[in-house]
Amino acid sequence: MPNTQELQDLVYQVRRDILRMVHKVNSGHPGGSLGCTEFMVALYNEIMELKEGFDMDGIGEDVFFLSNGHISPVFYSVLARRGYFPLEELNTFRLINSRLQGHPTTHEGLPGVRIASGSLGQGMSVAIGAALAKKLNNDDHLVFSLHGDGELQEGQNWEAIMFAAGNKVDNLIATVDRNGQQIDGPTEKVLPLGDVAEKFRVFGWDVLEVEHGNDLERVIAGLKEAKSRTGNGKPVCMVMDTEMGNGVDFMMHTHAWHGKAPSDEQLATALAQNPETLGDY
Amino acid sequence: MTKYTDQGKQDTRSGYGAGMTELGRTNPNVVALCADLVGSLKIETFIEENPERFFQVGIAEANMMGIAAGLTIGGKIPFASSFANFATGRVYDQIRQSIAYSDKNVKICASHAGLTLGEDGATHQILEDIGLMKMLPGMTVINPCDFNQTKAATIAIAVHHGPVYLRFGRPKVANFTPVDQKFEIGKALMLSEGTDVTIIATGHLVWESLMAAEALENQGISAEVINMHTIKPLDDKAILDSVKKTGCVVTAEEHNYLGGLGESVARVLATHHPTPQEFIATQDTFGESGTPEQLMEKYGLNNKAIEAAVLRVLKRK
Repeated sequence: MPNTQELQDLVYQVRRDILRMVHKVNSGHPGGSLGCTEFMVALYNEIMELKEGFDMDGIGEDVFFLSNGHISPVFYSVLARRGYFPLEELNTFRLINSRLQGHPTTHEGLPGVRIASGSLGQGMSVAIGAALAKKLNNDDHLVFSLHGDGELQEGQNWEAIMFAAGNKVDNLIATVDRNGQQIDGPTEKVLPLGDVAEKFRVFGWDVLEVEHGNDLERVIAGLKEAKSRTGNGKPVCMVMDTEMGNGVDFMMHTHAWHGKAPSDEQLATALAQNPETLGDY
Repeated sequence: MTKYTDQGKQDTRSGYGAGMTELGRTNPNVVALCADLVGSLKIETFIEENPERFFQVGIAEANMMGIAAGLTIGGKIPFASSFANFATGRVYDQIRQSIAYSDKNVKICASHAGLTLGEDGATHQILEDIGLMKMLPGMTVINPCDFNQTKAATIAIAVHHGPVYLRFGRPKVANFTPVDQKFEIGKALMLSEGTDVTIIATGHLVWESLMAAEALENQGISAEVINMHTIKPLDDKAILDSVKKTGCVVTAEEHNYLGGLGESVARVLATHHPTPQEFIATQDTFGESGTPEQLMEKYGLNNKAIEAAVLRVLKRK
């Protein structure tokens, strides 16, 4: 296990990857990616039990599903830096003939990706299916998933939330990225989500809340707590408050950077706020 | 012409149920999902014998498709079943992204397809599902004709890796294919050889085509009847071999002429061997309430309509 400083260095480096990837192709989604960087770094480097290499079935290891596929930059960076594919491949993000599609896909055979996502609201159902398969296979490893908060406006989630509780899918930890923002503005203006944690609770989930989702140590503590609550007859939900665009001052406190790339000048400013730690790709 | 005998009327959905029963006993990786329609899909025996391998998702088809996709991750072979309307149009994007684009080994098994659902009316009578499913890259589309063939197809798709759409129906219809006939995906079956016209049919219209061919024989017209149970991948060779001999074709299906078997056949012919073709299919319309027989009569999907279409196409040769 890496120590906290090593993980924090990785966080800085992943932020740089995100910014450089979207800048290069002048497209992609930096805001949500930056908001979930601590979570993704912690998950893949501290929390999940992973086998060497990659196979689709993921038997005998924890598996993860990214439901809000538009934050592919953070997913790709974390996967590459965990060794799933060569780091240089981050150069191909969103380019023609690349395995790093705008939204993640299994179609191009990128190691680490087990489902296509991008059309929102589908990942929780898939995660439930994978969790059921683990139970049928007597595999006591866990299934993790990540969902945007705005994404919860898709009705399929609530079908899935009901099913998971009703069927005691207690080997699943679904995390909601509660950044309060979506494309057209704050979630509470576009279509109010209200008390997300309470909603999961009344649907029968075991819920914990992480108030500072961009504090690496608190995210790690939250995920460890979530793990400790699995196997008790209830699916586990972690509602994590994050700041969209975290780590880049001008990208924070706004939804403007949901799907917009920085200019050359903005990139330089953003990178200056996030020093190179492990080497740029 | 070759004569076929109805071994006793049965519904194709019971063929699915029988196939699932057998798979439950022979393939431990097969799992079943259903959205509050267990009785209609005839999978009670599978559930009784394999309760741990059945997932009741409730009235939530979108979630069912996603869970099915997830179950493949870990090596399961999910059979997700509902009425054809709710198993396709209602959940098209879930099928598109989580199953087809993700190349998941999910079998979408859909009953009550087409007009023969009957009295429930147009909300439930999907006539667009073949088109929806065949347009998805990588999706196999199968529409068997009777109980025996639906059972055989159910068993066959379990060993085919990749997403499959298996379409069947509600009413009891003639059961005439051999009980032990092996089902080969994408390989059309020549039911009766003929020289004057080719009738290419799928699903419930196959039996109607045989009846039409018999009536035509009495008028001195030799019709070749092909059971095109797999619409995708289409057996191009069977089509071309036949029309090169007969010079004209009638396609027959319980589906809109837009997007159905007929259009797929027309594409093959237009590309390789332009041939006069008549389409037995619904004419870009919704259905309505009525008995299956009344509806097939009104919308021109029975043996009489096929017979008339043959007479029309023969004049165009």
